[in-house]
Amino acid sequence: MAVVVILVLLAAGSVLFHLLSPWWWTPIASNWNYIDNTLIITFWITGFVFVAVVLFTAYCVFRFRHRPGNQAAYEPENKRLEGWLAVSTTVGVIAMLAPGLFVWNQFITVPTAATEVEVVGQQWLWSFRLPGADGKLGTSETRDVAPENSLGLNRKDAATLDDVIIEGGELHLPVGKPVKVLLRSVDVLHDFYVPEFRAKMDMVPGMVTYFWFTPTRTGTFEILCAELCGVGHPQMRGTVVVDTEADYQTWLAEQQTFSQLTASSDDRPKAVTAVASSAQ
Amino acid sequence: MVDVRSGIGEAVPPAEVEDVELYHPHSWWTRYVFSQDAKVIAIQYAMTAIAIGMVALVLSWLMRLQLGFPDTFTFIDAERYYQFITMHGMIMVIYLLTALFLGGFGNYLIPLMVGARDMVFPYANMLSYWIYLVAVLVLVASFFAPGGPTGAGWTLYPPQAILSNTPGGKDWGIILMLSSLIIFIIGFTMGGLNYVVTVLQGRARGMTLMRMPLTVWGIVTATVMALLAFPALFVACVMMLFDRLLGTSFFMPAIAEMGEQLQYGGGSPILFQHLFWFFGHPEVYIVALPAFGIVSDLISTHARKNIFGYRMMVWAIVVIGGLSMVVWAHHMYVSGMNPYFGFFFATTTLIIAVPTAIKVYNWVLTLWRGNIHLTLPMLFALAFIVTFVNGGLTGLFLGNVVVDVPLSDTMFVVAHFHMVMGVAPILVIFGAIYHWYPKITGRMLNEALGQLHFWITFLGSYAIFFPMHYVGLVGVPRRYHDLGEAAFVPESVHSLNAFISVAALIVGAAQIVFLFNLVWSLRHGREAGGNPWRATTLEWQTPETPPPHGNWGKELPVVYRWAYDYSVPGAPEDFIPQNQPAPGRVSHEAAS
Repeated sequence: MAVVVILVLLAAGSVLFHLLSPWWWTPIASNWNYIDNTLIITFWITGFVFVAVVLFTAYCVFRFRHRPGNQAAYEPENKRLEGWLAVSTTVGVIAMLAPGLFVWNQFITVPTAATEVEVVGQQWLWSFRLPGADGKLGTSETRDVAPENSLGLNRKDAATLDDVIIEGGELHLPVGKPVKVLLRSVDVLHDFYVPEFRAKMDMVPGMVTYFWFTPTRTGTFEILCAELCGVGHPQMRGTVVVDTEADYQTWLAEQQTFSQLTASSDDRPKAVTAVASSAQ
Repeated sequence: MVDVRSGIGEAVPPAEVEDVELYHPHSWWTRYVFSQDAKVIAIQYAMTAIAIGMVALVLSWLMRLQLGFPDTFTFIDAERYYQFITMHGMIMVIYLLTALFLGGFGNYLIPLMVGARDMVFPYANMLSYWIYLVAVLVLVASFFAPGGPTGAGWTLYPPQAILSNTPGGKDWGIILMLSSLIIFIIGFTMGGLNYVVTVLQGRARGMTLMRMPLTVWGIVTATVMALLAFPALFVACVMMLFDRLLGTSFFMPAIAEMGEQLQYGGGSPILFQHLFWFFGHPEVYIVALPAFGIVSDLISTHARKNIFGYRMMVWAIVVIGGLSMVVWAHHMYVSGMNPYFGFFFATTTLIIAVPTAIKVYNWVLTLWRGNIHLTLPMLFALAFIVTFVNGGLTGLFLGNVVVDVPLSDTMFVVAHFHMVMGVAPILVIFGAIYHWYPKITGRMLNEALGQLHFWITFLGSYAIFFPMHYVGLVGVPRRYHDLGEAAFVPESVHSLNAFISVAALIVGAAQIVFLFNLVWSLRHGREAGGNPWRATTLEWQTPETPPPHGNWGKELPVVYRWAYDYSVPGAPEDFIPQNQPAPGRVSHEAAS
């Protein structure tokens, strides 16, 4: 009988924990509140099913526990009941899957107005690249990574020269403008993860991955790595600042382009390696 | 009501082949060590799996100490922490759960439950165990090798798995891990073919497929899946071993490590992930299906009621087995693979929820109007239902591609898979051991110790993994040796982590009670008799308990009915053994 009481307490306790828990997601700072909504729908449906199954189990144990003289019923199958349960489960699954796929379609359909920003991961440091005046990112190649060219950019590509490079610093983004984040790694897997943006994506050496979002409020947010990338994985942190348009332009004007950086690289040839080793 | 007890009263077909004499052991060595008896091999498998599982349990303590009380245990540095999580994960999934369900329960129960004298290839069966033991020893060797075991995470994702900033990446760790997996798969294949052929060819007369207990259905379906899925892991391990040792680039693109160019180029890290999860997802069900089967039989026996919807249960097992081969990339929604895969894999993944839910309904509907004996196996079965439903439902979050995006790689994932394929199947393993120990040893396990073990394990593991979902919901990533400062993580999360760690230490310690019970009851347990649970299936009808080599004495059993004739109206007893000819006429000889 103890088991009946405990099963009921467990169901009730789980619901109370959920409702009273101070542990909930951090306030959103992107357009992906659709994801949060789908998650809430899923919580309601699954929470209902969980409580129903546990309470029904507890009721069965209470009502049909062994007492002298009891005999179980003999009922091998019940086609109607089984069919009815299968159909209602299917409906519940569709109620979760349909909004999920609908939002996924939005998630992978990048708006044409989105500006491109490149994030480059390496053990254990974040770097960023903005397209510069021509609005285009130049090509890159891991083979070209060298001490004075830590992102492996193609010097022969004209589009590269005006690209804005931020190594180990903060990424700034203007509020309210969609961004397509292009993700690249030069060594192992990483994952660009800002909890407030909800979106995340792995960075895979040898290919360029992406996702898009629109920052919806200004503020300073922490970048974490969400894919195990060696012993320094938890220390791989960065910062993204969402600015008003005016602040963003001020910040942008202070950044150096690739050609400015390479021109001054004779003066400070070890700058990149110094940053990399300090991150360890 | 449909009668699924097909063909009761029909004439049993005559034997098509003669009963063959087994190779009987002539010495202590061939009886207990190099034994070809599936039951001895089962116990060897189980003891080895439990022993290595205890190592993994201690590793989980160490990592929980670090997560709950960071900066307190200085010997758990980042390098060791990643070695602990990697070895914990791999040992638990492969060397404990897979080996125990298939090598342990499969070996013990398949021949007995289908009415065979032994597995059809006893010699290959023996080899299977010894190769498994070699795999375990190679794995253990990595703890003592220079550089220690690999710390690549149990998913072993390249490139980092074989590079220098991962523990064991440039030392012996990863080499021994990959070698051990390759050896394990070779050994498993020998055992696995045996289980499948025995079920297809070795059944007693009258034991049609649709009369087999669900335990056998679960184990044999899982084995078929393992035979199809493990080769993917096998080739992935061989290729990665080549990348590491011979400098090939199957999974290695051009890489600049710490600014230095490596001699790799042209390979695909994502290819490894596809191969890994082509094995890795079926692996979840390789562990789950035997648990599904066993728990069905535990519930039916201890509720004294036929399993509800037997045919639906069989088809659900087969459909889940089939579907689980085409859902693997739901582990890779944010891996950078083509995002359109998301539509396909989210749909297949959520479709699997339907047959899985049907199984849950049928378990609880078996309880409905039952005669529920709250024995230890029944308690563990009830606990399984709760934890499995909980863990299965959170799978609907992670399988639904867009909901997975914020949750993937967080502690939510860790909580989900521990609940659904860690805690739930292990509760079934415990229930099954309490259920079959009397057949294996002739004695009952101690009830009081069992109750203590049950309550701490069930409530403790729920206290570990239920709150852990909320740590992930906050956004805390998994595989962080030290979270450090993070603005989005409130201070209270650290208190919650400490609570989880304390619960984990207690649950781990409770397993000592279980191990003690196993040993103590060997001598001091109550005498069980042949059929203490008054169960219908064949293993309880053996002429001797524990069954000797060859199981059945002179005559093989003949099967007249399905495995679930409990509380048949009009029958003198509330169970009718499968080998009893006409309803309620002959007394059950094995019960006395």
